[in-house]
Amino acid sequence: MSLKLRKFTLAAGMAVAAVVASVATPALAQPKDQFFPLLVYRTGAYAPNGVPFANGYADYLKLVNARGGINGVKVSFEECETGYATDRGVECYERLKGKNGGATVFQPLSTGITFALTEKAPGDKIPLITAGYGRSESADGQVFKWNFPLTGTYWGAADILIQHLAAKEGGFDKLKGKKITLVYHDSPFGKEPIPLLQERAAMHGFVLSLLPVAHPGVEQKATWLQIRQNRPDYVLNWGWGVMNSTALKEAVATGFPRDKMYGVWWAGAEPDVKDVGDGAKGYNALALQHGAEPNSAVVKEILAKVHDKGQGTGPKAEVGEVLYMRGLTAAMFAVEGVRAAQERYGKGKWVSAEQARWGYENLNLTQAKLDALGFKGVMRPISTSCADHQGASWARMHQWDGKKWNFTSDWMQQDDAIIKPMIKAAADKYAAEKKWTRRTGQDCQS
Amino acid sequence: MGFFLETLIGGLMAGMLYSLVALGFVLIFKASGVFNFAQGAMVLFAALAMARFAEWIPAWTGLDNLLLANLIAFVLAGAVMFAVAWLIEYLVLRHLVNQEGATLLMATLGITYFLDGLGQTIFGSDIYKIDIGMPKEPLMLFDSVFEGGLLVSQEDLIAAGISAALVAMLTVFFQKTSTGRALRAVADDHQAAQSIGIPLNRIWVIVWCVAGVVALVAGMIWGSKLGVQFSLSAVALRALPVVILGGLTSVPGAILGGLIIGVGEKLSEVFLGPYVGGGIEIWFAYVLALVVLLFRPQGLFGEKIIDRV
Amino acid sequence: MFYRENGQFKTSYRGDQQIFPIAQDRWAILALVVFAFIGVPLLVDEYLYRAILIPFLILSLAALGVNILVGYCGQISLGSGGFMAVGAYAAYNTFIRIDDMPLLVALLSGGFFATLVGIFFGIPSLRVKGLYLAVATLAAQFFCDWAFLRIKWFTNNTSSGSVSVSNLQVFGQPIDTPVQKYIFCLAILVVFALLAKNLVRSAIGREWMAIRDMDVAAAVIGIRPMYAKLSAFAVSSFIVGVAGALWGFIHLGAWEPAAFSVDRSFSLLFMVIIGGMGSIMGSFFGAAFIVVLPIFLNQAIPLLGGLFGFDVSTAFISHAEYMVFGALIVWFLIVEPHGLARLWSLGKQKLRVWPFPH
Repeated sequence: MSLKLRKFTLAAGMAVAAVVASVATPALAQPKDQFFPLLVYRTGAYAPNGVPFANGYADYLKLVNARGGINGVKVSFEECETGYATDRGVECYERLKGKNGGATVFQPLSTGITFALTEKAPGDKIPLITAGYGRSESADGQVFKWNFPLTGTYWGAADILIQHLAAKEGGFDKLKGKKITLVYHDSPFGKEPIPLLQERAAMHGFVLSLLPVAHPGVEQKATWLQIRQNRPDYVLNWGWGVMNSTALKEAVATGFPRDKMYGVWWAGAEPDVKDVGDGAKGYNALALQHGAEPNSAVVKEILAKVHDKGQGTGPKAEVGEVLYMRGLTAAMFAVEGVRAAQERYGKGKWVSAEQARWGYENLNLTQAKLDALGFKGVMRPISTSCADHQGASWARMHQWDGKKWNFTSDWMQQDDAIIKPMIKAAADKYAAEKKWTRRTGQDCQS
Repeated sequence: MGFFLETLIGGLMAGMLYSLVALGFVLIFKASGVFNFAQGAMVLFAALAMARFAEWIPAWTGLDNLLLANLIAFVLAGAVMFAVAWLIEYLVLRHLVNQEGATLLMATLGITYFLDGLGQTIFGSDIYKIDIGMPKEPLMLFDSVFEGGLLVSQEDLIAAGISAALVAMLTVFFQKTSTGRALRAVADDHQAAQSIGIPLNRIWVIVWCVAGVVALVAGMIWGSKLGVQFSLSAVALRALPVVILGGLTSVPGAILGGLIIGVGEKLSEVFLGPYVGGGIEIWFAYVLALVVLLFRPQGLFGEKIIDRV
Repeated sequence: MFYRENGQFKTSYRGDQQIFPIAQDRWAILALVVFAFIGVPLLVDEYLYRAILIPFLILSLAALGVNILVGYCGQISLGSGGFMAVGAYAAYNTFIRIDDMPLLVALLSGGFFATLVGIFFGIPSLRVKGLYLAVATLAAQFFCDWAFLRIKWFTNNTSSGSVSVSNLQVFGQPIDTPVQKYIFCLAILVVFALLAKNLVRSAIGREWMAIRDMDVAAAVIGIRPMYAKLSAFAVSSFIVGVAGALWGFIHLGAWEPAAFSVDRSFSLLFMVIIGGMGSIMGSFFGAAFIVVLPIFLNQAIPLLGGLFGFDVSTAFISHAEYMVFGALIVWFLIVEPHGLARLWSLGKQKLRVWPFPH
């Protein structure tokens, strides 16, 4: 055969093989296992923060199996790499939603992917847990039947930060005339807190300035020069991934005191401060209930039952870090919702995604239950309902001392008097766009 | 006034850092006519190599001295970049001689993807530190004249100095050594250079090696400033306006272009940005380069484009 | 033996100038289109629609647009992602702000606004050439990135900047299920492909190709460069804008500006170059390659790893995807710089003389 023809047949053969391989995806159907897909990003600009979360999530699911499953039902999971990109996230969702008997719940760990999946999940009847991120208005379960922003949203986060700053100043009235700058990731994630901050600025009279930072967030020189000129009293850091450590490095380079910097709960973890080292000393961040918890009971159990058996997903040193715990708690919510659903639909039986949704809507984790799971001192009780898909709004502040995170405040809660009306208004707007009606009465019980 | 000067100085420093990356582009384009989109990936690869070697060498050899570890890491990373350069020439460029610009551009884009994936597979995708002892605290100058003083970042100042030294060395290399002359001959006319006996393949390997070392220096400096992580390869997109504003074939153009773009970016972000909500740096740099191109289509110092019909 | 045009005589100029002069070609294309409309919905499952077929259709449309600009007119453009974004947001605003706006009109309006933006950012092409132009078009990309993040009017003043559409319907038929979306995109693609093919065979197409090959000579013989280049930008941006609107409305449903980032521009350029510059068929090949390859690698790499006993992590799969993608691009460019379309036409030529070797 001539060279050209050989090239052609080779190329054609490859094309055919590609199509065949993609179509013939093996689907191991084991409907007895409760399947949890894992949307992770272990590559890309946000990998340093995505990896510990994914490891925590996977380790907890392994722990559940080691403990005997959810009332005997074993848990299976599969990771899919999204790279924090919305279209890859959607592709992962489509690929995994029907696999292994059907996905139970999705946790995208990306506000962008959350927005896209919020459109698809109701049609496919699969719940989404967006613990500590996603759309703030999705806490309104009467409109957002399938979204669960458990334990926190960005409006709550911003609210608690302002409460803390007010407490530091000695009262809300002392905030008048103060300058607060929000350095935010230029994306839906970063823009979420702005409405609440503007609301609070109007209420208390502090001056809010907004400085966006383009993805991926490594270019902040101009931002911090402006901060140096404006001399704000506080800087709120709403970043993710590389943006956080860059913010700290630029703060060092422009001499802005780190103890006046306050990060959201996605901007306060070890990957953000480790390579800035001593330069990050004094940096404060929100802790979404838990901080770094190396001494908690659940961590000790994971080290014993998972890592010591050689089954750990990531390095042992990472266990107990802030984002690892975040992944752990996210997995815990996923599993406990299924357990709650089993109470209604049959203990020890496999639960469908729709049934699991009921479980997430009727989650009632008392302190006793949390302690039994190993989260004593780590998590506070959470209780969801039809109207409230958030379940709890506790948070604390922690501070980096150069070597580890230490809690520096009491437990605080979001101010529902301000937030609930905002959530209702935004949810109503969404429902009007989609031409939905609020769920009430009978629909709320189903 | 003080703040304006501060922003200006900051912009000039940032510009020097961009021109470090732009130098790599210009070198390769000058000598082989290939627009190397993979320069960003090379910066990332080199920085990853250096960061990880600096971490691994104390573990392998028990060496304690930071300076020595960094030095050995630098040399090792340089060797890695030489190997990369040689492989690129051998596996890719040799087979694409005489292809049109778009094809070569796409080939370098393919190399970008390959190097991105390879670097992260070998060295990892976490944020790594390069600690070459750069001072992180800022200098405050003239605080008697301006309130609060003029902020000058020491790290940026040293980086600018290193860039200038590198450019000087490269200029001497091109003007005074026989290899440099050969490179200029190849840049002028491949066929004529070949006909007088200059070995094209070896020259291209040399050029890519030099570009690799430039990428290593750029990676070292950027990595020391920002940490070494995947997003470092995006610095190439920031350096592109510098290259086209200065002209694709001019080394002094890369420096001047860098300074202009750096100053333009920072001044626009700080003074124009607040009126439009901020975040305008990236597109402003490109628009600035575009406007200059409308007046000088070959860039400020590039070779005039002559079309023969 | 089979692929001969013996006995096929053309008796009119019209017949002589058909798109597919050889009868076998006509039948084959007809069969393909019929299969695409009727056969595929019978055979294919939902995942294949959502993950492969619908992105393939929309991206082929976009690649078609880019091919007109880059392949037929020779203006390298890296701003296609930005034009897709303009199309998507313009269509969104027309759809949301005007009551009872028909979907098709909204999509076409997206294309229209993309045309305006494309012409504006195409003006530098009158002065700037080659690689300089490629980088200049990045200005369009980054400006669009910024505009849709910052100017709240474009995103209907949502606080998050993310927009969504729902309740799509055309002529009373809802467009909800994957099959309906597939048929809708396929219909639009067929219409545009036909339009594009006829455009490039017409006078304006010949003008574009003349500008591509030797723009100074073209100007000398009377082709107006401004008209030719700007019309290429206009047509290309229109098609890319409609593709962008489809991408947002049909494929994603809800999107933010990062969905149309510079990575999308690069991938469109890849599709054009791998598929074959200056070839309508090539756009389809290139789009198929780029859409299917990551998914194929995602399945194949763990399988291969399993064969050799490795347990591959998702991070390694992702990195390996990058590496294989890059290596394949380089390999393709070395082996066949004119892309898959050239391989296809070589194959057809071999078929014409089959079973003889030459």
